Amino acid sequence: MEMLSGGEMIARALEDEGVEFIFGYPGGAVLHIYDALFKASKVPHVLVRHEQAATHAADGYARATGKPGVVLVTSGPGATNAVTGIATAYMDSIPMVVLSGQVQSHLIGEDAFQECDMVGISRPIVKHSFMVRKPEDIPAMIKKAFHIATTGRPGPVVIDIPKDATRPDAKFEYHYPEAVKMRSYSPAQRGHTGQIKKAARMLLSAKRPVIYSGGGVVQGEASGLLTELAQSLNYPVTNTLMGLGAYPGTDRQFLGMLGMHGLYEANMAMHNADVILAVGARFDDRVTNTVSKFCPGAKVIHIDIDPTSISKTVQADIPIVGPVHSVLSDLMEQVSQMRKKDADLPDQPALERWWQQIDEWRGKHGLWTGRRYGENEHIKPQQVIESLYRATGGNAFVTSDVGQHQMFAAQYYRFNHPRRWINSGGLGTMGFGLPAAMGVKLAFPDADVACVTGEGSIQMNIQELSTCTQYNTPVKIINLRNNYLGMVKQWQDMQYEGRYAMSTYEDSLPDFVKLMEAYGHVGMQVRSLDELDAKMEEAFAMKDKVVFLDIFIDPMEHVYPMHVAPNGSMKDMWLSKNERT
Amino acid sequence: MRRIISILLENEPGALSRVVGLFSQRGYNIETLNVAPTEDATLSRLTLTTVGDDKTIEQITKQLNKLVDVVKLVDLTEGAHIERDMMLIKVRASGGAQRDEVKRTTDIFRGQIVDVGPNVYTIQLTGTGEKLDSFVAAMAEAEILEVVRSGVAGISRGEKVLRL
Ligand SMILES: Cc1cc2nc3c(=O)[nH]c(=O)nc-3n(C[C@H](O)[C@H](O)[C@H](O)COP(=O)(O)OP(=O)(O)OC[C@H]3O[C@@H](n4cnc5c(N)ncnc54)[C@H](O)[C@@H]3O)c2cc1C
Ligand SMILES: Cc1ncc(C[n+]2csc(CCOP(=O)(O)OP(=O)(O)O)c2C)c(N)n1
Ligand SMILES: [Mg+2]
Repeated sequence: MEMLSGGEMIARALEDEGVEFIFGYPGGAVLHIYDALFKASKVPHVLVRHEQAATHAADGYARATGKPGVVLVTSGPGATNAVTGIATAYMDSIPMVVLSGQVQSHLIGEDAFQECDMVGISRPIVKHSFMVRKPEDIPAMIKKAFHIATTGRPGPVVIDIPKDATRPDAKFEYHYPEAVKMRSYSPAQRGHTGQIKKAARMLLSAKRPVIYSGGGVVQGEASGLLTELAQSLNYPVTNTLMGLGAYPGTDRQFLGMLGMHGLYEANMAMHNADVILAVGARFDDRVTNTVSKFCPGAKVIHIDIDPTSISKTVQADIPIVGPVHSVLSDLMEQVSQMRKKDADLPDQPALERWWQQIDEWRGKHGLWTGRRYGENEHIKPQQVIESLYRATGGNAFVTSDVGQHQMFAAQYYRFNHPRRWINSGGLGTMGFGLPAAMGVKLAFPDADVACVTGEGSIQMNIQELSTCTQYNTPVKIINLRNNYLGMVKQWQDMQYEGRYAMSTYEDSLPDFVKLMEAYGHVGMQVRSLDELDAKMEEAFAMKDKVVFLDIFIDPMEHVYPMHVAPNGSMKDMWLSKNERT
Repeated sequence: MRRIISILLENEPGALSRVVGLFSQRGYNIETLNVAPTEDATLSRLTLTTVGDDKTIEQITKQLNKLVDVVKLVDLTEGAHIERDMMLIKVRASGGAQRDEVKRTTDIFRGQIVDVGPNVYTIQLTGTGEKLDSFVAAMAEAEILEVVRSGVAGISRGEKVLRL
């Protein structure tokens, strides 16, 4: 059998695991590992400029490909810099394996140089974590980490590795296990048949049904099944922020996103529904508004792989624990059997009335009918996203930062495929967009990758422009420039009488065009609507360049609809600065 | 309602902190906590008591089950069970009358005086949490110097077992 050092085993195990990229940053505690990678590894390593960006890049890669992202950082500050990205992945259930260096075992607990308790610090934001005690455990531990990160409800796993466990002069037999069995970890494989039958019956008896699907459908590769089910029944579908793309965004049955900034028709349909089929969605507070007022007339069927997601906030009438893919196919089977026996199911006249109602809502306040921008001295942010949509044929990978621009992108870019919309929903991490876009572009070098951002967010990880140069990741940065921390300003407008406490930068913004040039990229300003489409096309025509479009938009624009809070229900919305439902 | 949750936990470093961390992270309360090895060296048994409405308890058990180090758990309060808490309590006992009084109360509760000093008694008492609380209340007249309790340990009655 082959004899390898701890460091070499790590390099080899990542290769054997099929890892395509390592995102990381070196330092004392991981130098043995880096040396082993340098000497032998076939896995390319991407050197970021800040460890937070390593986690976001790995995360973006994971969201776009469905494969786990891999991160390697040193102890102490390297590890703590990675924490925000780990938490981001945790909140959105993204598979990730983070290898962090640790001081030598005999120094642990002595406040040694660059020591920090990474297992402790990361405990509440990981799916699981390991600390290497014996170097010979490394291969099995890595196998387990990937297994845990990618199965069940995915999530980040940390492996903390004391430096002495990787020393080059201590060699061990290397064997990479084919499979893992853990007595304390076995996620559900199938949903309960009895529950699925009940669900099929309830679904078919609905008169005002809504399918509410989330990130779990994207993660669980079940958008095809979801689409088939919805279309075979002609039921309306709404997606969470995390679920966009799981159902085709341009389809007539799609109501758009629901929730705080969800579409009018989506929130109205939810509020008035009699049966809600929740699939891989977790009834987040950005969706439900006040839980006690949530969808008063609705029975809830809830499919989720994680029992803790079920009845955590909204009580499920029919809970089904299992992977979306297998549960949805079992459910479809039941539905079609029941329809064979009773051809009148579901109640077509009722469904017709329901669609009439929905179309009426749509016609009244939908984003795509009625509401247009009129004459305006400024470019509207919504117009920018529509322009982006046109320039990319609706087929780009769109990453985003956090703020108003994120909501405009979610509302106006109609994603027809899963894994194309990549954003931080649960943690809402500004600074996510650019590094995530790098991770996506590395995985799909020929695809259009756009990062929709704001001048606030982009500055949180702008150093990664340098990484883009080094690894040739020509992403397009679409900066919706309103010269404010716009989302903060919106709340200040609505709840603090326009007192803009710390939401402006005064005159301190950099010249982004010059900044881009300094990094060897292209920067362009867009100041009027006439030049918007042309510049957008020009940017995407420059296939091998990072292009930054600094687009000056209406600084006073707000995101609507917006739930009335606190104490509102799903149907209580602001529709513009002066209209309320 | 008060619940007694008993857990078989992987005997791994950090496993306990995951359980305890879960409670503080999610705002659940732990009233008592008891952890010790079992006959199987790879497992420890942890018993905790907590208070919450049904919905909270359901979340607590689900969240605990989700921890990778948790192998199995049972909510003992769902069925017939035995619970035991052990207390060592040191009280001032000087002078005949006081010593007699303490001794008598101890006997009534079927406790044992396990250490004797010229001015103190140390009493050992085992029972349900409630019984120990009553004993402490009964000692109110005497001067309590120190109280230490093991926290509740529990087991189901009859054939029901918590094992792999
Ligand atoms: C500024 C801002 C505004 C926001 N506004 C909104 C808004 O208006 N509307 C909105 O929807 N969100 C909004 N969000 C996002 C929100 O915070 C949540 O992140 C989001 O609603 C959660 O989406 P989800 O329910 O799909 O769950 P996710 O976080 O995607 O969780 C997925 C669920 O699916 C389950 N799952 C995973 N894999 C599987 C599988 N294979 N099989 C079965 N189940 C699986 C998981 O256990 C989990 O319960 C906003 C965020 C920000 C930052
Ligand atoms: C790291 C981090 N800090 C603070 C916040 C709070 N926050 C949410 S949106 C926002 C403003 C974002 O401004 P910008 O990037 O310019 O986007 P805009 O809303 O103007 O489109 C802030 C500060 C956050 N989400 N993340
Ligand atoms: Mg801004």
